[in-house]
Order: sequence, then structure tokens, then C-alpha cells
Amino acid sequence: MKSTLIKGGRIVDPSQRIDRVADLLIEDGRVSGIDDRISGPDGGDVIDAIGLIVSPGFVDLHCHLREPGLEYKETVATGTKAAAKGGFTTVCAMPNTIPTMDSRATVDYVLQKARTEGAVRVLPIGCVTKGSLGKELAEMGELAEAGCIGFSDDGNPVADPNIMRQALSYSSALGLPIINHCETPELFRGGAMNEGWVSNRLGIKGVPNSAEETMVSRDISLAEMVGGRIHIAHISAAGAVEAVRLAKERDVLVTCEVTPHHLTLTDEAVMGNAGDGSVYGALTSAAYDTTAKVNPPLRATADRQAMISALADGVIDFVATDHAPHSSVEKLTTFEEAAFGISVLETALGSMMSLVHAGQLPLTTMIEKLTSAPASFLGRTDIGTLKPGANADVTIIDPDAEWTVDADAFLSRGKNSPLHGATLKGAVVTTLVGGETAYTV
Amino acid sequence: MTGAERTETRPMTNGQDLGAASPPAAAARIDAPKSGLAAGRRHVLDMDDFTREEILGVFQNADAMTEVLNRDIKKVPTLRGKTVVTLFYEASTRTRVSFEQAGKVLSADVINVSADSSSAKKGESLYNTALTLQAMNADIIVIRHGHSGAPHFLARHLDACVINAGDGTHAHPTQALLDLYTIRNHRGNIAGLKVAIIGDALYSRVARSNLWALTTMGAEVVLCAPPTLIPLDFLDGSRSEDGHPFASVQVESNVERALEGADVVMVLRLQLERQHAGHLPTLREYSRLYGINERRLALAKPGALVMHPGPMNEGVEIDPEVAHGARSVIEEQVTNGVAIRMALLYSMATPARRQSERKRKSGRSVDPAQRKMLL
Repeated sequence: MKSTLIKGGRIVDPSQRIDRVADLLIEDGRVSGIDDRISGPDGGDVIDAIGLIVSPGFVDLHCHLREPGLEYKETVATGTKAAAKGGFTTVCAMPNTIPTMDSRATVDYVLQKARTEGAVRVLPIGCVTKGSLGKELAEMGELAEAGCIGFSDDGNPVADPNIMRQALSYSSALGLPIINHCETPELFRGGAMNEGWVSNRLGIKGVPNSAEETMVSRDISLAEMVGGRIHIAHISAAGAVEAVRLAKERDVLVTCEVTPHHLTLTDEAVMGNAGDGSVYGALTSAAYDTTAKVNPPLRATADRQAMISALADGVIDFVATDHAPHSSVEKLTTFEEAAFGISVLETALGSMMSLVHAGQLPLTTMIEKLTSAPASFLGRTDIGTLKPGANADVTIIDPDAEWTVDADAFLSRGKNSPLHGATLKGAVVTTLVGGETAYTV
Repeated sequence: MTGAERTETRPMTNGQDLGAASPPAAAARIDAPKSGLAAGRRHVLDMDDFTREEILGVFQNADAMTEVLNRDIKKVPTLRGKTVVTLFYEASTRTRVSFEQAGKVLSADVINVSADSSSAKKGESLYNTALTLQAMNADIIVIRHGHSGAPHFLARHLDACVINAGDGTHAHPTQALLDLYTIRNHRGNIAGLKVAIIGDALYSRVARSNLWALTTMGAEVVLCAPPTLIPLDFLDGSRSEDGHPFASVQVESNVERALEGADVVMVLRLQLERQHAGHLPTLREYSRLYGINERRLALAKPGALVMHPGPMNEGVEIDPEVAHGARSVIEEQVTNGVAIRMALLYSMATPARRQSERKRKSGRSVDPAQRKMLL
């Protein structure tokens, strides 16, 4: 029997309300138990975790692995390696691949790749509509049988309100969520960043908060009518979070997720470094930073603050990365032409820790939002937790390690990160999946 | 400037009228860099990094250039041996010819590249086009592109000096400089003048650059357009935040109020696309509510200047009588454009020389890791 003993770390497991220094024993890929002092079996591995934090492995509800069809951006192999480095032991693969994951065949392909080449657990998300074209429902029943944990047309919103109504209603029989990228197309069209002073002075067409807020309100109204489980992907606008707050107060079943970048960056990131560091200062040649081009866009400071508050007080249910790798060619161009997306997996923890270090988010809340909260959204009791019998998916963190982000050294094929060159405090030291080391420093 | 740039030995004035306000003393001294431009400027990307002193320095150089342009033999050797490439991804006659003439009078080798006749049509990326120009040792690149930020992209990746000849809806710094120069030539001090900018501010790079330049020089600016063509953040009260560069700009949706007592009326071009994008019902209604005609112009100060960056949609934003009337300085703007562009190219001669010296010494071009840091 293979055993691993993780000794002397600060074990933080929100699912069991545990936060204390203790030992963790893993046997045959499962958590055996947590106790003050465990002497492991002879011949077992020992990991010294003194001064480190021992957390359940992170669970990412929103990840673009790009395979099949877009392997030049990322593959299941490279994406899951990046996930492991970021401390994620389960990732949910979004279906905007080529072909899209709107059929069992493509889902099976992704799962097979994950089985043979994946470094962490991969759960598939199926399309809401065939080809994500928004016209006809995908065969959600068969997709569920294939293992899909929910449905999304991500990349695109489900623009037709009637299709969304039908999707919520139909999926309610399966008990699986519809994950919507909320963005009213006519308010988005041609936009490349948040509409505000920065987009004005840069001469870039802006996307207003209303583009997200209008569709969030629409989806809440539809959910109130027909039920189903509406989940708002990558929420970013203050007004959208307000709408979710009021809906939850009315006991509407609506959930939402936020990305690390929407918690830590604003549209000012597009300016690169202004000459005097201020949003009113002169632009330098560093302006129009395409690594800061993402959808939904990085918004204003007030929105960022609203996201942090809503995460801290529970209106936002959990953190999801929206890891969106792109090749360098697609970012090495003008802002208008560049692809939307940030490569997030390897900097997610560092970003989240910056909120902890700034006193804006308690450490336990951060870990909860990366582990037990997404796991319970998935209805899983064997991941996102260190309960006895759970999968031994463990992430060991050095909360004070300072490191400089080198995007060129990412394990992901996507080197597109606005944090390149930034110094972060907090890093993953070791990631175990089923008791096996998926990543270690 | 190096000693090699000697002016020709001619009398200071050759009996020509150089215009009411051009200081005669500056005419022969084009070999001495003016204050604020002593170190030379590596790039001209927008007006947001020009100080008041630098703007006045450009004017002084432009005065000297005007003198050169009035000579019989319009030639000075300042940029001899330097390669200036005009890279125009958008059609333009006026601006491109203006830069071409500016470069040639300064003795540069000017090469014109227009997107439809280049590999851009075959799908060659801006990045690869830039590297090609770099490999050919272009010293100064003048770029006009439909995407905001294209000049900044070039400046990040190239050793050459970059001049923005208009990028998307972002900036048109040389236009703003020649606009202000025109105003200065008629009015002297720009500070305190009321300048009414009428037209599509949302999509106008001319408006944006002029906002920076005019507020730097202390003008009182009124921006006038239907609310759908004013940037949203100019309407929502956030300009009152501390340090906002355009806090003093008035925004007006009534053209009569905007024109009252104006010293300068700057009319912007309105494009048909705005109607198609839902900003306007028709050009007809825009013309009826905002068109600058004689009746409206009478609300401005007597002798107010009428300006337009061109090309004009006569009958839409501006009536022909006004466009060609006594107060119009539109043609002067074009003439001033060459002098201003010469002044800017002139101010780049030193950085361009330093850059090629650096390249010669190091044997290779700028380290890619450093490129991001360089202005």
C-alpha cells in the first residue's frame, strides 16, 4: 500500500472547518486522516510541510484546454500540467473546441486524452446548443451520460432568450447547470475593452457594464420562471453582482463565479505603464497591452472592489480561472486585432494571495472559494476536501514565497499573461493528485 | 545638431511675406535645437506627452521651416542620408504628401509604402512588416493605421523613430500641432481662447489630440455633438475627479450655445457610418441641428477662425460658404502641415542619429527584453 505522510503543515480544509497545524496521512490515493502527530507506515513517503499551508487540491470550473482542434494554443497534456503547477487538481474543460463538445464523440475524445495524458482530473462541460451556435439545443441527455458536469456555449452567450428558457427548463430534468457567458451581443459588438475613460483616451471601442448586466438580469428572470440551475460565468460588473445579490435574497437559484484577474486587475492594465503611473498620465509605447485583452474585459476600480466584496460576503460562489491560452502570434498585433484571453492557471494562486496579503480576503475564504465551494457546486464529496476517504488531491502552498512571473517559462502553451514581470507573493510547492505528485517545485 | 547641417548663405528675408506672426529672428537659425527639444524626441505618438514648452518649441522650428518653404530652392541637409518610410494602411492624400514633402525638403530619402500595394494585402502581419522595415534600417517611420495603438506597437518593437500620422480613433498629433500653430499665427497666445470643437468626438482622433493640446496650452474648450457622439465618460460626471486632464472642458449638445463667443470654430468630419451604427437618424438631421452655416457662425466672435482637418463633407457638417468664406483658414492648415511635420522630423534627427550609432557600436539592434522599456 502506497502511503504519503504530509507533516507539520497548516492544514486548511474549509469543508471540515479545519485550520490548524497537523499531519495528513494518505494511503492508496485517498485521505486516511488528519491528526496532530501521525507516524506513517514504514517505507512511506514523507513530505515536510512545516511553515507551509496544506489545502485540498483546487477545483477549476472554467478552463479552456483547446483540444481537439486548437492544439497550437494548448492541449489537454500541456493545460493539465499548467493546472498542476497552479495547484489545481480538477479542471472543467469548456466545450469551445473544434469540433465543439456538443456530441458524445468529442467528449469521449477529451476524456480519453485526459486519461492517457492528463496530469490532473478533467471534467467535461458540454455545449448548450449544437455547435454553440445558439439555435438548437445540444443533446444534453447524452452529454450528461458521457460525464458532462454542466453545459455552456462559452465564448458566446446564449443570445436568444427563448433558447435560454428552453435550455434551463430542459436541463432541470438532469439537475445540471447552464453556465452562461452573459453578454448582450448588440452592446458588445466591435468592443475590445471596458467602456470608460481608459477606452476613451486609448481610442478603443468599449464594452459597457450594461452588456453583462442586461443578460444577467434576463437570465435571473428566466430562472425564476422555469427553474433550472443558472450559473453566471466570469462575473465582472458591479451591477451584475447586485442583481445576483437581490435574486439570492428572493431565493432564486442562481450562482456565479469570478476570475482571479477580475479581482486584481482593472482596465488600467491596458495602458501598460503610463509615464507617471496614473491613468491620466501620458501613454508610453507600452500602452495597448494585448495581454490585458480579455472577455469579459477588465473593468473599472469600482467593479473590481465590488467583486472582492461579493466574494468575501458570499454573493459570488467561487473562483474559476477562465484559463484562455493563445499563441503568441494572436497577441503580437494591434489591440483591436488581438485575441481575447489570459493564461491564468499558473498565476491564479499568486493573484488570490495578493488579496489575502492585503487583508481584503481571509485565507480560509480564499481556500474555500477554490476548493469546497466549487466541489459542492459539482455535487462532489470526494474532491475539494480532505475528509477521510476523499481523493488525495492536495495542494501545498508557501504563502510567503516571492516570485517573479516569467510567462515565457509557463508550462501552458499560452504565454499570454498581463502579470509577466510582476512579483507575486504565494506559490504552489507541491500538488498531489490521487496521492501521486503531479507537480513539485 | 551636427555642424554638417549648414544653412545656405542667403539673405534672411528674400522679400517674401512670411505671415503676420512669424518671428523674423528664427528664420535663419534652424541649426540650433529649440528649448524643450534639445534632447530630441524619439517618437511622436500623441499630444499627451507634449509640455507647453515643447509645443512652443515645435512652433519656433515650424517658423524656421516656413522660411525654408518660401525659398526658391526648398532644401536643407538636416536629414540627409536618413531613411523616412511612410507606412499608410489607410488612404490619405493630404497627410502622406505632406510628410513626403517634409522629408524631402529636409533631404531625407522618403519611401512611401501603402497597404494595398504591399504584402499587407497578402496578409503579412504588422509585426513582420515592421521587422522588414527594421531590417532595411529605416530611421523614421511615419505610420497611419486603422487600429488605435498601431504606432505604439511599432515603437515597442522597432529601433526606428515613430511618428503617428493617425491611428484609429486615438490620436493625430501632427494635425493637432498644425491646428494650434494656425491658431497661434492668427491670435498669438492660445491661453484663454474659446475653442469650439463641433462634431463626432467619439470617433475622432483629431478631437482627442486637440483636447490634449488645447488644454495644455490653456484654451477654453467646448465640445459639441449629439450625446450619442460624445464619449460616455465625458457625460457621467467622472471628469470632476482630481487630476482629470479634461476637467475644464465643457460639453454641450446645443450648437448655438457652443458657438457663442467662440474665438475658434473647429469643425469635424461626420461619416455616414455613424448613421448605420445607430448614433444618428440621418445626416440630414445632423446637418440641420449641428451644421455650421453663416447664421450660426455669426454667434461666434467677429473674426473667429473656422477650421476643419479635412476632407470636408460640404453641406453636412459645414456649409460651402463657410468653408470657403473669409474666416476660413482651412487651406492655411494644409500649408502649415508641411512646416509642422518638417519641424517634427527635424527634432528626430538627433535621436535617429544616436540610434544608428548605438546599433553600429553594439553590432546588433536593441535587445528585445529592453524594447518594452524604451520610449
